[in-house]
Amino acid sequence: MKHVLDITDLSIEEIDSLIATAMDIIKDKEKYQDICKRKKLATLFFEPSTRTRLSFEAAMLELGGSVIGFSSASSSSSSKGESVSDTVKVVGYYADIIAMRHPKEGAPMAATAVSDVPIINAGDGGHHHPTQTLADLLTIHREKGRFNNLTVGFCGDLKFGRTVHSLVNALSRYTGIKLVFISPDELKIPQYIKTDIIEKTGMPYVETRTMESVMPELDILYMTRVQGERFFNEADYIRLRDYYILTPDKLENAKKDLCIMHPLPRVNEIARSIDKDPRACYFKQVENGKYMRMALIMMLLGGA
Amino acid sequence: MTIDQIENGIVLDHIKAGNAMAIYRYLQLDELDCTVAVIKNVKSAKMGKKDIIKIDSPIDINLDVLGYFDENITVNIIRDGEKIAKKHVCLPEKIVNIVKCKNPRCITSTEQELDQVFRLTDPENRVYRCMYCDSSNNYLP
Repeated sequence: MKHVLDITDLSIEEIDSLIATAMDIIKDKEKYQDICKRKKLATLFFEPSTRTRLSFEAAMLELGGSVIGFSSASSSSSSKGESVSDTVKVVGYYADIIAMRHPKEGAPMAATAVSDVPIINAGDGGHHHPTQTLADLLTIHREKGRFNNLTVGFCGDLKFGRTVHSLVNALSRYTGIKLVFISPDELKIPQYIKTDIIEKTGMPYVETRTMESVMPELDILYMTRVQGERFFNEADYIRLRDYYILTPDKLENAKKDLCIMHPLPRVNEIARSIDKDPRACYFKQVENGKYMRMALIMMLLGGA
Repeated sequence: MTIDQIENGIVLDHIKAGNAMAIYRYLQLDELDCTVAVIKNVKSAKMGKKDIIKIDSPIDINLDVLGYFDENITVNIIRDGEKIAKKHVCLPEKIVNIVKCKNPRCITSTEQELDQVFRLTDPENRVYRCMYCDSSNNYLP
């Protein structure tokens, strides 16, 4: 039995296989509509989420399976003081697979110690979010057709942005990747990501505070939201939340085939007028996320 | 100053000067009924000065704790007043319930009875990371 807590729990071969399955689902959805019949997915969301939870649920429903679960800690037994381990143990008697989001980092790993069914980490605090990374990878695959030889800019909250950390980790396994980190000093990419991942693999990277200067060289621009829920200090959040706003004038020097990504939800960091730009790929990521979650559920259920 | 030789027990030697009390606490030596001597700032040709702990009882020592604190520590096993074995410790790959994760966002801060597990991720710089949240905890006395 396999759990997916971090993108590195999946080998490059497994990711390639998931992408191939997702592409096949896109081509022929009917072929997969009963593949998880009589299987149940439990979505245990101890922290509110719209996209990820609905994406998992839509993925399971499109595979012909059923969904049970809860969408906030207040509607689960954790509000009565139940531990994550006990909740997961109990749910394991009801469901065949669990997708779990929790505000505490490492909560899904704690759950794996007692779980008899596969667990997918659907986000644990500011730590990992592997299925968002799978959505990002399918988007890059569909938009760029390759994972090698890309200059990828990450902009905004690079400190708490778990999607950034996971994607950097995933890209570190490919060749010819150059990273550009655009952030205020307070939200820079953590040192351990640099020392443990980037410098170990020798990926070239630069850090800057302005996006305009680096825009012409980017193949991908990955925007992020400054996440208020990760701040202990409200004043810091208010000061930093509008630090970067992508507007059409900032794209004037960008490549014609730039791929603009964002894990969503967006607040102010991408102007609505960009949505019409063919380079905007953030809503495609949402769709791709569902296909990759379908592929992942199938894989973890043994091809269902 | 004279400290009696022990008959059956363990001598922890070559402890970095100043670390003995921390090791005493982590090994929970205060819970022993036998004689325990903590000798600080002993002159050493190799180290300048060092600490030594003598335990007059043949107890099991958690070598991972010692390796985590100081991989230069040597463990001498004493039987009938004679040194019968000398063990060297090494930096352990994993330490369990020796240090606590300080990250307030880590699941270990709320989940009951969860082991505190740290993995060695960078031996050169002696960096251990929490198995759950990946925070580093470089507490070295």
